[in-house]
Parts: sequence; structure tokens; C-alpha cells
Amino acid sequence: MSAPTQLPVATPIADAPRRRPRTTRRSQLVAPAILISVAIVLFALFFVWPGALAVMYSFTDYRGVGSRFNFIGFQNYTRLFADDAFYASLGRTLLYTVLAVPAHYVVSLAVAVLLTSSLAKGKTSARVVFFLPWLISPIVAGVIWRWLFGENFGLVNYLIAAMGGQGIRWETDATAALLLIVIVGTWGSTAFNMLLFVAAIRNIPRSYLEAAEIDGANAWQRFRRITLPLLAPTSFMVILLTTIGSMKEFAMIQALNGGGPGTQNMFIVQYIYRTGFERANIGYASAASMILMLILVVIALIQLRFDRNRDLS
Amino acid sequence: MKALRSIPSTAILWIVALLYLIPVAWFVLSSFKPGSELFSLPLRLFPQDWTVSGYVTAWTRFDFSRYFFNTATVAIITTILTVLVSAMTGYAFAKYKAWWLKAFFICILATTMLPTEVIMPSSFIVVRNVGLFNTLAGIIVPSILTATGIFMFRQYFSTVPDELLEAARIDGLGEFRLFWLIMLPLARPIAVVLAIFSFQWRWNDYIWPLIILTDPKNYTLQVALRSIVGADNIDWSVLLGASVISLIPMVILFIVFQRQIVNADINSGLKD
Repeated sequence: MSAPTQLPVATPIADAPRRRPRTTRRSQLVAPAILISVAIVLFALFFVWPGALAVMYSFTDYRGVGSRFNFIGFQNYTRLFADDAFYASLGRTLLYTVLAVPAHYVVSLAVAVLLTSSLAKGKTSARVVFFLPWLISPIVAGVIWRWLFGENFGLVNYLIAAMGGQGIRWETDATAALLLIVIVGTWGSTAFNMLLFVAAIRNIPRSYLEAAEIDGANAWQRFRRITLPLLAPTSFMVILLTTIGSMKEFAMIQALNGGGPGTQNMFIVQYIYRTGFERANIGYASAASMILMLILVVIALIQLRFDRNRDLS
Repeated sequence: MKALRSIPSTAILWIVALLYLIPVAWFVLSSFKPGSELFSLPLRLFPQDWTVSGYVTAWTRFDFSRYFFNTATVAIITTILTVLVSAMTGYAFAKYKAWWLKAFFICILATTMLPTEVIMPSSFIVVRNVGLFNTLAGIIVPSILTATGIFMFRQYFSTVPDELLEAARIDGLGEFRLFWLIMLPLARPIAVVLAIFSFQWRWNDYIWPLIILTDPKNYTLQVALRSIVGADNIDWSVLLGASVISLIPMVILFIVFQRQIVNADINSGLKD
């Protein structure tokens, strides 16, 4: 985030009339400058400034009070790279992302295909059901699933026990807890991704699918050879958004299990929150923020690269 | 024949739909059970003795009316400002040409890569330095700017023919009156969709209220709910009631605007 604030009013007046000599008047350059001025101020205040501060604080021992701090060079970073808790939370976040992205993708695509299938009945009501989680905040989603999956009191373990099974330790077993986070995340994100897929599937010309059907392609072949390739741009976007969303998962887990058991499912944003606010170590937390930002930028660049390659081929 | 073939698809669709519905149904039905019945075995789907005592306790003991009011204030004010700022900025991007507009557009694009969660500690310091710490304004002002809203308006306005603008200019309309009297009313459908989304983002937001609000008097619903669920001994009866209450405005919003939401022509990056 080192992008400079644009202070645009003065310079362009000179060169603009050259391009649009007939219509451009002075007012047509002043007007857009005024129209975007509020956005520029907000952008400078709440993106450029915190971004720049985060870079600066990551080299200091700032503790969040007053304005006194010392520059300590790369000490925060060297400490961070030797911090087991940091590696643990980063590793857990990456593991979660690797599990969550395919789950979110496959489930929301499958739901979208069902909702656009000409055979299924009751699609309008089903669509409302699938949309329900969109209305529910991450905190309440965590509450809902914590209630359902309570280790000693939840309906799910009760039913497992009623069928003669052994209840699963959703709260005290780190793997089961992580699995639960993946399930809740998928449940919560389906509505939005499904909307994207449904819109994209509707845009596929019916004649393609009909022609394939006449040629004897079965439903799976039609999906695999026609629908899926044509959905590539949407798939790309869903995967990019889901990856970023999973890397910064925070609120839902706060209500679901607080990153537990213990700190075994503490993700990176929770780690930043804890070091920055609960331990008042803004400098150290900012260094962790920088690492997370770097990872997000790298993910975005890799995925953009894939997208470009696909366009070329 | 057709009816027979539709059975498998319909069955799968509704089994999956039920899996999505059951957690919510169990949660809402449980909220009507008295505290004594919540944990008594065998568990029953429907309350044996329907009650709203959890709701009453949540509303009175936990000062929920205040949290409700705070959240509504934040959601409504932010939404109005978001729609206005997004419309102005999107319109400038769509209908004027200058290198600095392109440069600023790229800056806005870059903000989608930098979610608040990532720069949480320094965002908190900035809000404190601006003097908005522990005020509702401290969560309203930073949330106004959204790349999604700007993209939506930019896309919409770029479909409006330039001839319309030229005609209005020839008729002597100034740039701002042109925007305010002609272009903004024209973009009402987009404004409605963005308003719905913005309201949902703000109503359900957790991260800004968490880092900015310390005084319980200023809490929003999400932070208040988190403080109940984070307690050592969770009072489930109150928590369930309180959570259901917090959903009501979103459910009303959905019922009223169902068509706009489900048919929203969403494309790029509509996620905040």
C-alpha cells in the first residue's frame, strides 16, 4: 500500500483539451475532481495512512499508548520468524484454506447446478433456503453451529449416541474442531458463490447443451465438457475470493470455538488481534500483518497469472 | 416420464437444502424452549412448553434495545453515505476521462486486496488519532468507502449513452445538476442493490466495532453477542434469544427485497 494520494486538480487542465477539443470545458475537469474528492480523502485516511503506519510500526516497539516508540530495525521480524505460536497459527490458516477452498467451490457449484437443473422441482423455495445463511452474521453462525455441535449437549452428538455411536469431540479435539470450521464456513459462503454460479450458468447458450445432447453426450459429459469450461471466469473469481476470505477468517471462529481447543485452531488474524490488542504490542502485530499482506498479494498474483495463461490458450 | 426422471434431482436438491435448513431450524426452535428444557434428555425438536423468556431476558437484562439502536444507527447512516459516495465516484470514473481518474481507479482496485483485518492494529491507531475512538462515528466513517459499490455504479453509468449527457449540457445543465437531477435518479436500481448489501455488511460487521468500541454503551449487536458467547459459562437461553433478535431486521430486509437480492446482477467482487 505505498500508492501515493492523488492530488489531481492542477495538472490535467493543460493536456486534456488536446484529446477532447470539442467538448472539454474547464468544468468537466473540475467536476470529476470534486466528485471523487470524498473518496480520495477516505482512501488516504483509511487505506494509505494505516498501510503506511503498519509498515512503519513493524520496525518499532510501539505499544499502542501515547506516541513514544523506538525504531528497532528488523527485530520484530527476527522474533516473529522464531515464534512457534506464529508458525502454528500461520500453518493452521494455510491448512484451513487448503481444505476450505475446494469445499466451498464444489458445494456452491453443485448447489448452483441443482438450482438450474430443468429436472429438479421446488427450486424457488430451495433457493430461499440456500440463501438463508447470507442473512446470518458470522457471529450468529458460530452460535448456531456451536449449539448444534456442542460436545455434551448438541443435537448431533445426541443423535450419534442414540444410534449407538461414540460422540465426536467437536470442542476438545483439534482436528474435529477444524473440520467443524470448514463445515460452517462452507454453509455460510454457499449463498454468495451460488448466486455467481447461477448467473453464469444461465448465460450459457442452451443450444450448446442441446447440440451435445443430440450427439449423445450424457449429463456428466455435458457438464464436464461444456458447462465447466464456460464457467472458468466465474470459477476463477470464486476461488480467488474464497482464498482471501479463508486467509482472514476470524469472526465466525470467535463465536464457534474461539480458536480452540486451547490455541490449536488460532488463525493468523486472531493471532494479530491477540498480540496487537490483548497484549498491546502494536509493533509486533504490525510485523505479522505485513507477512499476511505479503501472502495475500502473492496469492493474488499467482491467481492472476493463471487467469492470464488461460486467456492466452 | 419427465416426472419420473425428475425424482433423483429433486431428492438430492431437497436433501441438501434440508442440511442447510436444519441448523437454523434447531436454533430457532430451541430459542423458544425454557432454560430447563434446553439440556434435558431426550432432546426434542419442538419445545414442550413454548416460552419467550429467553427473549425477554436478553432484551431487558442485556440492554439489547440499546445495542439494537446503535447497530441500526450505524447501518443506516453508513448505507446512505456509501451509496452517495459510491455513486459520485463511480459516475466520475464512468463519464469523465483523465489520467488521474485512471490512477485513482487502480488505487480503489488495490483496496480490495487490503481488507481491514490485515491492517487492524494500525487502522485502530488512525481512528484514534482522528479522534473517533469509542464512538459510533469511528465505525461509520472508515466503512463508507467500498470498492464494490464504486464498481457497481461505474459499470452502470458506463452503459448510459454519452449523448444523454451532451444533450443535457447543451440545454445548459451544469455538471453537478446533471449528476444530481438526471444521472442519480437513473441509477436507482443499482442504488437499491448496493443499499441492501451495505446494510447487510454493516449490520453483520464484527471487526470494526470490535477494535473501535470499548464502552459497552456503544456496543453493536455483534460485539454484544460475542461477549455473551465468550463468557466462561454461556447462558444459552439468553444467547439463543439474543441471536434470533439480531436476525430479525435482516429477515425483514430479505422478505421486502427478495427479488432484488436474489436477482442482483452481481459480477465482480461483490463481497465486503
